[in-house]
Amino acid sequence: MAADGAGAAPFIQIEGVSKFFGTFPAVRDVSLSIDKGECFALLGASGCGKTTLLRMLAGFEEPTSGSIRIDGQDMTRIPPWERPVHMMFQSYALFPHMSVEKNVGYGLKHEKMTRAQRRDRVAEMLDLVQMSGLGSRKPHQISGGQRQRVALARALARQPKVLLLDEPLAALDKKLREHTQFELMAIQARTGVNFIVVTHDQEEAMTLADRLAVMDKGQVRQVGRPLDVYENPNSRYVAGFLGTVSQFEGRVIRAEGGTVTLSVADFACEISVASPLDTRPGEVLTLALRPEKLRLTRERPEGPNTFPGTVKDLAYFGKDSLYRVILPSGGLISAHAVNARRGAQAPDWDEALWVSFEPGAAILLRD
Amino acid sequence: MRALTGLSQWFDRRGWRDLIIGLPYVWLLVLFLLPFLIVLAMSLATRTPTAPPFGYGGDNPLLNFEGYARLFTDDLYIRSFLTSLMNAGVATLFCLALGYPMALGLTRISAGWRGILLMLVILPFWTSFLLRVYAWMGLMGRNSWFNGLLTDLWNWVTPEAWALGHIPMMQTNFAVVLVMVYTYLPFMILPLYANLERLDRALDEAAMDLGSRPFRVFVDVTLPQSVPGIIAGGLLVFIPAAGELVIPTLVGDAGMPMIGRVISDEFASARDWPMASSVAVVLLILMVGPTILYSRFNARAEGSGPLEAQK
Amino acid sequence: MRRRPVFLITMLCFGFAFFYIPILSMIVYSFNGSRLATVWGGFSTRWYVSLWDNRQVWAAMVLSIKIALVSATGATILGTMAGIALARFRKFRGRTLFSAMVTAPLVMPEVITGIATLMLFILMAQWVGWPAQRGFTTVTLAHITFSMVFVTTVVQSRLSSADRAIEEAAMDLGSRPWQVLRDVTLPVISPAILSGWLLAFTISLDDVVITSFTTGPGATTLPLLIWSKVKLGVTPDINALATLIVVVVGIGVALAGWILRRAEKRRDLDARMAFRSGT
Repeated sequence: MAADGAGAAPFIQIEGVSKFFGTFPAVRDVSLSIDKGECFALLGASGCGKTTLLRMLAGFEEPTSGSIRIDGQDMTRIPPWERPVHMMFQSYALFPHMSVEKNVGYGLKHEKMTRAQRRDRVAEMLDLVQMSGLGSRKPHQISGGQRQRVALARALARQPKVLLLDEPLAALDKKLREHTQFELMAIQARTGVNFIVVTHDQEEAMTLADRLAVMDKGQVRQVGRPLDVYENPNSRYVAGFLGTVSQFEGRVIRAEGGTVTLSVADFACEISVASPLDTRPGEVLTLALRPEKLRLTRERPEGPNTFPGTVKDLAYFGKDSLYRVILPSGGLISAHAVNARRGAQAPDWDEALWVSFEPGAAILLRD
Repeated sequence: MRALTGLSQWFDRRGWRDLIIGLPYVWLLVLFLLPFLIVLAMSLATRTPTAPPFGYGGDNPLLNFEGYARLFTDDLYIRSFLTSLMNAGVATLFCLALGYPMALGLTRISAGWRGILLMLVILPFWTSFLLRVYAWMGLMGRNSWFNGLLTDLWNWVTPEAWALGHIPMMQTNFAVVLVMVYTYLPFMILPLYANLERLDRALDEAAMDLGSRPFRVFVDVTLPQSVPGIIAGGLLVFIPAAGELVIPTLVGDAGMPMIGRVISDEFASARDWPMASSVAVVLLILMVGPTILYSRFNARAEGSGPLEAQK
Repeated sequence: MRRRPVFLITMLCFGFAFFYIPILSMIVYSFNGSRLATVWGGFSTRWYVSLWDNRQVWAAMVLSIKIALVSATGATILGTMAGIALARFRKFRGRTLFSAMVTAPLVMPEVITGIATLMLFILMAQWVGWPAQRGFTTVTLAHITFSMVFVTTVVQSRLSSADRAIEEAAMDLGSRPWQVLRDVTLPVISPAILSGWLLAFTISLDDVVITSFTTGPGATTLPLLIWSKVKLGVTPDINALATLIVVVVGIGVALAGWILRRAEKRRDLDARMAFRSGT
């Protein structure tokens, strides 16, 4: 690492961490740096190693190799009860035999505090999560959303340096989930605690996180701001995992001045794409197209990247519609269209259309 | 013909149901409730030198409370009640002290080992109870290798003046408690295991995450949640142990009999049916409270209470 | 960060030593050549030979098995009926008393059950003239009564966890209630009924106290025979008998457990294969 000064080092530094269960590699050589105050998301399908990584941060699992530093302190071999890291469990793990207050105050028993200080702190935390007045209830007497708040308050009560959230919204229904997302962001901003969120839900990760890491098979595939990762995925896996894409194989004809021209078997025309990739003529690459970046028109539009297709399926969502368009080659491509005007004649089943996109809208991928 | 269809209609509509309820009902009324009522009536009768040895009326009033009165005046009965409760209580505590860590240990080992060890806990259930008591008689006798081992140990740690030729174990309350712990330990382990096994391990991790060391986690999280299992297991040991007959007869101190043995002796040797019945009724009354407690906590240990509601 | 729970594993080892050392010691001493049961006098199988020639033991064993077979079957029939009644018929007259009578024998001290049943038989003999003599019949009746409630408990818990919808489906398809019971309910709970029968069988085979009160001259079961000998102290031929019983039961239970585990593993494997071919 370049800078050794205490101020310049990242707040959380995960270096070359691997974890084997027997011979199975759950996490393979992961390195991440997270800055102070960041909200960071670990995103991936189930079994990708994100939960194991989280459990290593909490101290429940010991890395097979590599090290974890938090705020300049080596945490690799520190037991969970001595770490300044607290976790909000997926099941919330509220103690069923203790009241809400007792749950929130549980961690404070290990702090040097007077009883009054402790009570004030519990009240403050309950206020933060808008649960004041329900402190004497038992966990089974409150709703799922309320349990989630109590779990959050409990984990924040000891003022951890890092808060780990394991699928924080998975157990909530859809309406509550949206509301809670914003509330979590507000609480993070207010407390300034580092959040590390584990989730399989890309929307959740993208709204909550300042930066995210996409994981697959125990490895980090890409790290970056949600916008960067979505618009510039570095692999077919990431492109497919974050949002939907239609993927086609194309052969490079020529590349000049940041624009690559390809021939794609499925399309009736040459395709030009703006791409930073350094390509050689004759190379086979993957062209990824996001549905919202495609235009569907009845008249043939002027410009490049225009080819015909027929509507095979359409799903009407109200605010927009998703079309599955069949190409002359038999390939399928998905396209979104916003239903901006009422009463407009939208394309119908079996209608012949023109599909087109800007050179900057497509993504060119090597792996 | 009409009678037959009538019968079949009756059978379809409610006869089959009445039969299913009625048969076991009548059986239990005659062979369980009736004998119990006889014991109740017998406890108020007077002993006579006839066969069967009891009677009502005569120079006694219809209801003779003499048996109950003797229970509280003759200290043999009070002593034997106290001995029973003590032995059963101490045996329950030892079962808990040994059974709790075993049950907890069973939840912390690999699934393969768990299956084998659970079978080894249950296996003694299927072998004869009598023979399990007998096995200890062989170990406790004055010439046995086990007694010899303990005697050597004793002579090694104590001053020479206290040296013993053998340790007197048989015919003591110590022997009774030891054998009770041995025979009833599975009754403690199994409900405790069922209780502990269904606890959410994430709760342990949550407590650890909030700063508690493993022992503290046990005290704060595991122990309070296993209270229903402790009470269910404890009563499952205590109730039969308090009324035990076989163990005190074989290895117990005849000078300090347990209540089961008193009932049996009054009935068979002294042929005092009314007195035996009085003692039995009092023992039953003493057991009512623990039994009701057990059926309540057993339901909770099996998990229908608030512990389950969180899932 | 998972630590091996050293203390718990130590306790497990200690506990299982406590469970099995007395039994192992008994097995070893059954091969003792000495007449003194607790003093080692060289290896010998003489006690097994003398056991083989002991007609009393054979007769007692045959009687015990007969009683256990009859009473387990009776207890299973009555106990299953009671279990169905309690699990499926929500309301009937005297339900509270019924469920109390089904629960109480589970916790009733055996001495009390024993003297109560004996007094019933003596009084009946005096008033009705039956049973004229106590023996096989009275012991069997007593065994059915106290072991049927164990069957009830097993059947009842199985029924309350079984899916009621399949019974409703059968009724919906035109079965009368008792036909539903015969065609659907009983087959579904048949494993519970089988384990209830096994439970009743072993309880009957094992019982000393109630048998000792309800039996009469000439009807000595195996536990009673052992009981009368054991009261006099430890003898090498009982060691041999005990060893045989423990070994037979041990092998039986281990075999049953092994078969069950194999069936379970097979099922898991099948499920995994099905899952794999499905995806």
